[in-house]
Amino acid sequence: MSEATGKVGVRCSVNGEEQRLQVYPMARLLDVLREELHLTGTKEGCGEGECGACSVLIDGVLVNSCLVPVLQIEGAEIKTIEGIATDEQLHAVQEAFIACGGAQCGICTPGMVIAAVNLLERVPEPDEAAIRNGLAGNLCRCTGYIKIFEAVVRACQLNGEKA
Amino acid sequence: MTDTLVGKPVPRKEGRRKVTGQSRYIDDMSFPDMLYGATVRSPAPRGRIRNISFTDDSIPWGEFTIVTARDVPGANYVALILNDQPYLAGEFVNHPEEPILLLAHRDKYLLEKARRSVRVEVEPLPALFSLDDSLNKKEIIWGEDNVFKTFHVEKGNVDEVWAKADVVIVEGEYRTGAQEQLYIENNGAIAIANAQEGVTVWGSMQCPYYVHKALLKLFNLPDEKVRVIQMETGGGFGGKEEYPSMIAGHAALLAWKSGKPVKIIYDRAEDMSATTKRHPSLTKHRTAVTRDGKLLGMEIDFVVDGGAYATLSSVVLSRGTIHAAGPYNCPNVRIRSRAVATNVPPHGAFRGFGAPQSIFALERHLNKVAATLGLSAEEFRRRNFIREGETTATGQVIREKVDLGKLLDRAFELTDYHAKLERFAAGNVVSRKKKGIGFATFMHGAGFTGSGEKYLESVVGLEATAEGRVRVLAASTEIGQGTNTVFSQIAAETLGIDYELIEVSQPDTAHVPNSGPTVASRTSMIVGKLVESAALALKQTLVGHSLLSEEYTQEDFRKACAQYIEEHGPLKTFSKYQAPPGIEWDDEKYRGDAYGAFAWAVYVAEVTVDPLTYETRVDDFVAVQEVGRVIHPVLAAGQIEGGVAQAIGYALYEQVVWQDGRMINNQMTNYIMPTAADIPPIRVFFAEQPYAYGPKGAKGIGELPMDGPAPAILNAIENATALSINYIPLLPESLMQEMEVEHV
Repeated sequence: MSEATGKVGVRCSVNGEEQRLQVYPMARLLDVLREELHLTGTKEGCGEGECGACSVLIDGVLVNSCLVPVLQIEGAEIKTIEGIATDEQLHAVQEAFIACGGAQCGICTPGMVIAAVNLLERVPEPDEAAIRNGLAGNLCRCTGYIKIFEAVVRACQLNGEKA
Repeated sequence: MTDTLVGKPVPRKEGRRKVTGQSRYIDDMSFPDMLYGATVRSPAPRGRIRNISFTDDSIPWGEFTIVTARDVPGANYVALILNDQPYLAGEFVNHPEEPILLLAHRDKYLLEKARRSVRVEVEPLPALFSLDDSLNKKEIIWGEDNVFKTFHVEKGNVDEVWAKADVVIVEGEYRTGAQEQLYIENNGAIAIANAQEGVTVWGSMQCPYYVHKALLKLFNLPDEKVRVIQMETGGGFGGKEEYPSMIAGHAALLAWKSGKPVKIIYDRAEDMSATTKRHPSLTKHRTAVTRDGKLLGMEIDFVVDGGAYATLSSVVLSRGTIHAAGPYNCPNVRIRSRAVATNVPPHGAFRGFGAPQSIFALERHLNKVAATLGLSAEEFRRRNFIREGETTATGQVIREKVDLGKLLDRAFELTDYHAKLERFAAGNVVSRKKKGIGFATFMHGAGFTGSGEKYLESVVGLEATAEGRVRVLAASTEIGQGTNTVFSQIAAETLGIDYELIEVSQPDTAHVPNSGPTVASRTSMIVGKLVESAALALKQTLVGHSLLSEEYTQEDFRKACAQYIEEHGPLKTFSKYQAPPGIEWDDEKYRGDAYGAFAWAVYVAEVTVDPLTYETRVDDFVAVQEVGRVIHPVLAAGQIEGGVAQAIGYALYEQVVWQDGRMINNQMTNYIMPTAADIPPIRVFFAEQPYAYGPKGAKGIGELPMDGPAPAILNAIENATALSINYIPLLPESLMQEMEVEHV
C-alpha cells in the first residue's frame, strides 16, 4: 500500500486541541498518539487490551487505545494523560498518587490515573468494591494495588476539600 | 533544614513526572533516520543450523540490514559468569527462542513481515525439557553431566542423627514452577555504534555496568568507547538484570553494521517467551527431630532448572541454598544443591533469587514435621527459632537481636490467628466453602552473598554545585522501588540540607561510578551506606578547608560549596565499599557469614477455598517484618505490598505452560497475574531494629516479601481443606484434581 493511496483524513480533538490527521485507517490509536502526535505518556504494555497501560478517554469513555483503529475516532474527543493536569495544577488523582505512593515504576501510572479519573467522574465517592472494579482493567506489577486504592480514596477527599 | 528526613514519607523524587506521563522510557525516545530491529529465533529446541534462506520475493531484502554470528566484531558471548551464551547462534541452537539472525529496517511493519519469512533449517538433536530428565542424564546437553553448578553446605554431622534412638524422621518433596517477572514495560534498547565513536546504548535496565561489560567483549572495545545509559525503567524484578545485555548487544550489532541508530522493543509475546523467568525447582527434605520437637538434623537436596545456558543460575542457586534451612537452629545440616541444564530459554533473576523456591519447600515441610510430631505448626517453630548467638546452616553466628517469637506474637495478634483457627475448624464442618489460616516464618539476607560485596568494590560519588545543590552519582537504578528518593533522603539528612536540594544523576556509565548492580536487596543497605559516607566526606572536605564549621545552616553550606569551587574547582567526593568488621566467608567450604544482615519476617494468610469452583481466594494478608530502620514508610510498605501481590500470583495464578521448551501462554490473556479485583487487604507492619552498618540503620527489603506468601497460602489451604499440596502454582484445575482424588 503506497503512502499516497493508503491514508485517510481523520478529524478529532485531542486534549482540547483540534487535530486533522492523515493516517492509515487501521492504525492503532495508541500508535497515532505516540508517533504522530508525540504524546508518549500513553504506554503500550501488552497490545491486546489486557493491561490498560494505553488507557485513554474517548468522549469520556475509558478505552484501551491499542484496540482502537484510528478511523473510529472521527469527530471524537480524546483525552490522554497529557490532558489531565491543567498547566501547573495537577489533578487531585495525580496529587493523591504522589502522596500515597500510587506510582512506583510509573509505566502503568498514566493508564491507572486515567482509569481513576474516569471512575471518579462516574462515581464521585466509590466504595472499595467500586474502586477495585473500576481499576480491574489496569494491571500494576509494582504496588500490589493497595497504595493505588489509598490514592483514589485520598483523591475523593481532596475533591471534597476543594468543593 | 531538617534532620528528620529519614523515616518520613517525602514525595517520590520523580513522582510528578510519572503521574503526568512526562517520564521518558526507552520506547518514548527516537532518533531521526532510526531503524527498527527484530530477532529471528530458532525453530527448534536443540540442533544444528543447516541453512538460512530468504524466500519471500515480495520483500525488498536489499533494504534490510542483516546480522548473523559471522558479523560479530568481538567475542560472540554475553559476558556474565561462564560466558557460554552466544549473542547469535552460529552452528548449534540450544533452546527454541535462541537468537540466530537480526534484521533492521526503517519500516517496522515490513520488518515484522520479513522476520516471519526468514526460514531457518535446523537438524534436530534430542532435547531435555525438565529438570528430572536433566538430572537423570537422559541426554547430555551441557558439559559432562548437565550440571552448571553444585553447592555443598555442611554443619555438624548429619549422618549420625538418623540412627539415634527416639528420633522421628520426616521426608518430603516440593516443587515450584517458573514465573514471569511481567514488568509492564517490555525490554527495549536503542543503540548508536560505529568504529570512530564506539557504542552507545540507551535502555530499560537494572544494571548499566553489566551491559557495559558485555558490550566491551562483544565489540572488543576499550572502556571509554562504550557508554550505557539507563532510561526510566518500567519495572524489573530481576527480569532486567541480565537480559538487557542481550537486547542492547543486538541493537548495537545492527547499528554497527547499518551505521544508523537502531531501536529494538520487544512486544509482550516476545518478551514473555524469550526473556528470563524464575527457575523452576525441586527440593527434597529429610529431617530428624526429637520427640519433644527439637530439630536435630536436616538433609536438603535442592535443584533448580537453569535452562539452556549458565547465565546467573549459579548465583540464584547459591541464595536458594543458603536460605534452604531457614531461620531455625539445627545442629546438623547438609544441603546439596545443583543447577541443571534444559533446552528452555535460560532462567534468570527474579525477586528473591532462589530463596522463594527453597523457602516454599521448607515452610511447607516444617508443617508436615510438626503434624507428624502432633505439635502445632506454631509450637514446633517456636521451639526451633534461631536466636542471637546461634548459628545458621553456613555457621554464621547471628549477632542481631532477632526475636521471631515476638514477631509471631504480633502477627497472630493482628490476625486473631488462634481464634480464627477455632472458628474456621467449627465453621468448615457445616459450610460449603472452607476457610483456613496459615503462616510462614523466614529470613532474607541482604546484599551480595559471601565475599560478593568485597569483589564488587562499589563506588558512589557526590558532587556539589556552587548553588549548594548536591548530585548523587551512582549506577544504581530507579526501577520503581524508590532509589532516587531513598538516596536523596540519606544524602540530605547526612548533609543537613533540604531534600529538594538533592538530585540523583541518570545512570550513565560515562558519568557515574560503578555502584554495582541493582539487585539482591542491596541498593538501600549497601549503596545507601556509600551515599551516606560520601556525604560525610563532602562535609568533612568543607570543614577541613575551614569553609564550614561543625554547626552550620543551609546558607553556610551553599557559601562553603561556592567558595570551595571557586578556589579548588569541582567539589566531588567518592566512597568505596568496605566490609563491616567481623564478616568472614569461605568460598571453598561455603561456610561463614553469608550476609551482612538478614531481614526477619512472619507472614499470615487467610483463605477461602470453594470446593465447587476450586477457586482459592486470599481474604486477608498480614506481613510483619524486621528490616532495620525504615527509611521511607510509604515506599517500604509499597515494596512489601507489591512483593506479596507478586507472590500471591506465584502461589495461585501464574503458570507458565511449556511445549517443547517454549512458553505457549506468552500473553497477558492466558498468563494471569493478580488484578485490583483479586488482591486481599495487605497489612504491613515493621518492627524496627537499627542495623549498625546500614545507612541510618536500614537493612535490605526488596526481595523479602517474595519469600513468605506462597508457603503461608499453601499452609492456609491445608488448614482449610486438610489437603497437603506441595507444589505451586496451585491453579483451580490442579486443586480440582487434588479434591477429586480425595473423594474417590
